[in-house]
Amino acid sequence: MKDKAETFLELKGLTKKFGEFTAVSEVDLQIAEGEFFTLVGPSGSGKTTMIRLLVGMDLPTSGDIILKGTRLNDVPANKRPTCMVFQNLALFPHRNVGENIEFPLKIAKVAPAVRRERAMALLEQLHLPLDFYDKGVNQCSGGERQRVALARALAFDPEILFFDEPLSALDFRLRKALEKELKDIHRETGKTFVYITHSLEEAMVMSDRIGIMKDGALVQIGTPNEIYNKPINKFVAQFMGEVNTLEVEAAGDMTVRDIKGEGTFEVKSMPDQFSRGYLIVRPEVMKLGPAASGLPNIMHGKFFNDYALGSRMQYQIRSPSGDQWLVERLQDEVFDGTFGDTVALGWRPEDSILVSE
Amino acid sequence: MATGNKSSIWRINPGRLAAIPASVFLLIGFAGPLAMVIGYSFMPAHTFSLLQVPSLENYVSVVADSYYISFFWSLFLASTAVVILFLVCYPMAYGMAKIFGPWANLVTALIILPLLISENIRLFGWVLILLKNGILDGSLKYLFDVSASGLLYTVPSIVLGLVYVYLPFMLFPLVSGISMVPESLKDAASDLGASRWEIFWEVELPLSMPGIMIGGILTFILSLGSLAEAKILGGQAVVMIADDIESAFTFAQNWPKGSVLSVMLIGLSGVVVFLLFRRIDLDQIIGRR
Repeated sequence: MKDKAETFLELKGLTKKFGEFTAVSEVDLQIAEGEFFTLVGPSGSGKTTMIRLLVGMDLPTSGDIILKGTRLNDVPANKRPTCMVFQNLALFPHRNVGENIEFPLKIAKVAPAVRRERAMALLEQLHLPLDFYDKGVNQCSGGERQRVALARALAFDPEILFFDEPLSALDFRLRKALEKELKDIHRETGKTFVYITHSLEEAMVMSDRIGIMKDGALVQIGTPNEIYNKPINKFVAQFMGEVNTLEVEAAGDMTVRDIKGEGTFEVKSMPDQFSRGYLIVRPEVMKLGPAASGLPNIMHGKFFNDYALGSRMQYQIRSPSGDQWLVERLQDEVFDGTFGDTVALGWRPEDSILVSE
Repeated sequence: MATGNKSSIWRINPGRLAAIPASVFLLIGFAGPLAMVIGYSFMPAHTFSLLQVPSLENYVSVVADSYYISFFWSLFLASTAVVILFLVCYPMAYGMAKIFGPWANLVTALIILPLLISENIRLFGWVLILLKNGILDGSLKYLFDVSASGLLYTVPSIVLGLVYVYLPFMLFPLVSGISMVPESLKDAASDLGASRWEIFWEVELPLSMPGIMIGGILTFILSLGSLAEAKILGGQAVVMIADDIESAFTFAQNWPKGSVLSVMLIGLSGVVVFLLFRRIDLDQIIGRR
């Protein structure tokens, strides 16, 4: 019985084709009750189609969507126990904040007094002043509108709450604040959240597990740490911001050689039957200048530029063959070099990731 | 001007400059005649001069007379036409805005095409169709041995004429009103549990209200002042107020009386429009406020 309880939402071979084009291809996925699961992918990766299938706005070409043992494929959107926060929020402009929040309750024929009580409770839960009840939705700021949209979805009391990149239109600081707030609301409500975004950083902050999508298929599923530390391929590794990628070939046991001749490097683990692939080193594990001396993996290049990133400094080093390498240091261990000088970069074997593709 | 530059006097705001031709045209073509009509309404009966001593004499005699019957018929026929037009046009407009796709252009062309022909000619076409032993009556008699001889010169035939002639004026505002409803709002309503009917009632209808209002007001005002439909298709069935106004100006040669009736009709239209716009705030509906 335990297994059944754990799988809350299950996708089996979910596929959606638009004519010749396959938008979602054979996706298998299990999501547990109460989980915060995020689908991440670049635009065109099929994540929007996927969420439209899940909420019932599109019908799958083949495969099954199963929620708590019930097949949802043929259930229309308005009969599904799930609901979504839209990318553009889709608040009703002709209704005020309170009426927007109460909309699903009104449809469910809940008595007006009960509706109002519930709307007030939701306003409070989402840190909105109670007098917002009578405010027009277009008088609200971006962040307030986000909260109203979330309150309306919560009022529906869905089994699963879907999010279609609702934060993407907001400015950086507000987005950062709302990401945390959303995770707090997930913690408070204990509901199952399925979120889609093109930003792996956003996914990292909020999610219990992340699924990376590319060309309609799920490339990798894992916790934020697994995705960050054990990317399955170059695509996943590069999705999480800037990384140093070297094209390498096997050069012995736990040793690889850069194909451009930058050097031979040690690794701690190697995929089975590895012959050729990519060595990935994150900028923050790279050592620069004197700090690199004595490390088993060393490259040399010219110090080209530096960038202040707030909490960190980033340095760009150019290899003899013209590649750009990035190194990041915290502000209390900044590198003090002269532009144009040849410097050494180094990293420990356990800090690099070797992937076949 | 702080600079004291003499040439600045000649620098007229280009917006105002561009508005001069339209303002002059409106003054001569709209405000002028309106002022004259209002002026004549206070002149003694049967005069053609605007320089007599003003009095309320005409208003008193019009109110005492039986013109309220014509006003009633005009209001009744116009309201009936607007309601029928809305019921006929909404599904059509919905199709043109959301369903027909490229075919919507063809429908638009088919609806605009008859407008190139004079209204009176088209109404006479209806006379031929509805006439006793006309196209409809004759065909029914020949094919099914059923008579439909009493259709012309009745109140329903006037309503038919109004609906037929003013259809585009309801249809096109509705099309633009319905097009303004974002698809994502319908998706959201459906996602939150609303049925097809509830989506229509809660989202589509209120959000297309600007188009409905404009179509309704346009066709109501046009029908209220219409003349040809009642004369050509109605015969002697009823007299609409526009008919009375025309008779006063032409046949009776009583401009002041015609002016009084005109002023009252304009006032009536104005009150209806004012009340509707006060009750329904368009900006609020579409969320601009």
